[in-house]
Amino acid sequence: MADVLERVTKIIVDRLGVEESQVTLEASFKDDLGADSLDVVELVMELEDEFDMEISDEEAEKIVTVGDAVNYIKSRM
Amino acid sequence: MTLSLKGRTYVVMGVANKRSIAWGIARSLHAAGARLIFTYAGERFKEEVRKLVDTLEDETTLLLPCDVTSDEEIEKCFAEIKEKVGTIHGIAHCIAFANKDDLSGEYMNVSREGFLLAHNISAYSLTAVARAAKDLMAEGGSIVTLTYLGGERVVQNYNIMGVAKASLDASVKYLANDLGKYGIRVNAISAGPIRTLSAKGVSDFNSILKEIEERAPLRRTTTQEEVGDAALFLFSDLSRGVTGEIIHVDSGYHILAR
Repeated sequence: MADVLERVTKIIVDRLGVEESQVTLEASFKDDLGADSLDVVELVMELEDEFDMEISDEEAEKIVTVGDAVNYIKSRM
Repeated sequence: MTLSLKGRTYVVMGVANKRSIAWGIARSLHAAGARLIFTYAGERFKEEVRKLVDTLEDETTLLLPCDVTSDEEIEKCFAEIKEKVGTIHGIAHCIAFANKDDLSGEYMNVSREGFLLAHNISAYSLTAVARAAKDLMAEGGSIVTLTYLGGERVVQNYNIMGVAKASLDASVKYLANDLGKYGIRVNAISAGPIRTLSAKGVSDFNSILKEIEERAPLRRTTTQEEVGDAALFLFSDLSRGVTGEIIHVDSGYHILAR
């Protein structure tokens, strides 16, 4: 199983069309990676599928940066 | 009478991504041999739809922008379709929108603006599209739209979309009455909840899904393919006697009392 960050990065690069080098733990989806609100919903759905987990609305709202997503997923694995 | 749609052309409106119900319908129509024209809501969706359409590997497919909040754009879009393909045989209208803030809490707090926006995009667009497309369906046609149980009964958090779907359901009946004399049928599919981009806008959507899995007669959630195939039936001549109807493709959930 690939590293969580690696898998998350691949999804972000695919979805948002950004360079892999832009996807740092500190990068904010909206401010740094150019995601709009629909992109964020799509990303959450992709993460749910990739890691076979359900992310509730409240939890999804707290995911602002790449690091937030990685930490959240790790905490649930 | 067969399910082949060879030699026929259908307009699919409202694909946002691979999970879209519209995409499920497109795949079913494509498999039946139909030629497809896709319309997308704006630049934001263009690339995604383009990528999906490319996977069909059919060079007769067209891709056009159509912002359904503008009568002018709708007319322009269908004028272009007329110019490029002449006759069409049906339209899949898979378009709805409401502010996310209006899809949680109490319905009664919806603003006038939010109310009108949801009705404009989710209900009026069907009527505007039907009017613009009528003359292109010279050989008769079938219009299919997507509705939801929340328009008939209260579904927690569905709120303004439920009210807009009720308006859409009534529009289906009045349009069916107007267009029947031209050989054009108008029906709706009331799909069970499917994990789409739109559905995720409804607060606590995951628990709606869980409820279906546990309680619906078929004990499973609805799939994109199930809706696609029901739409295929409604677009084909097998359903030639059906108009003004709302078909529930929802694992039977709508028959249950709470």
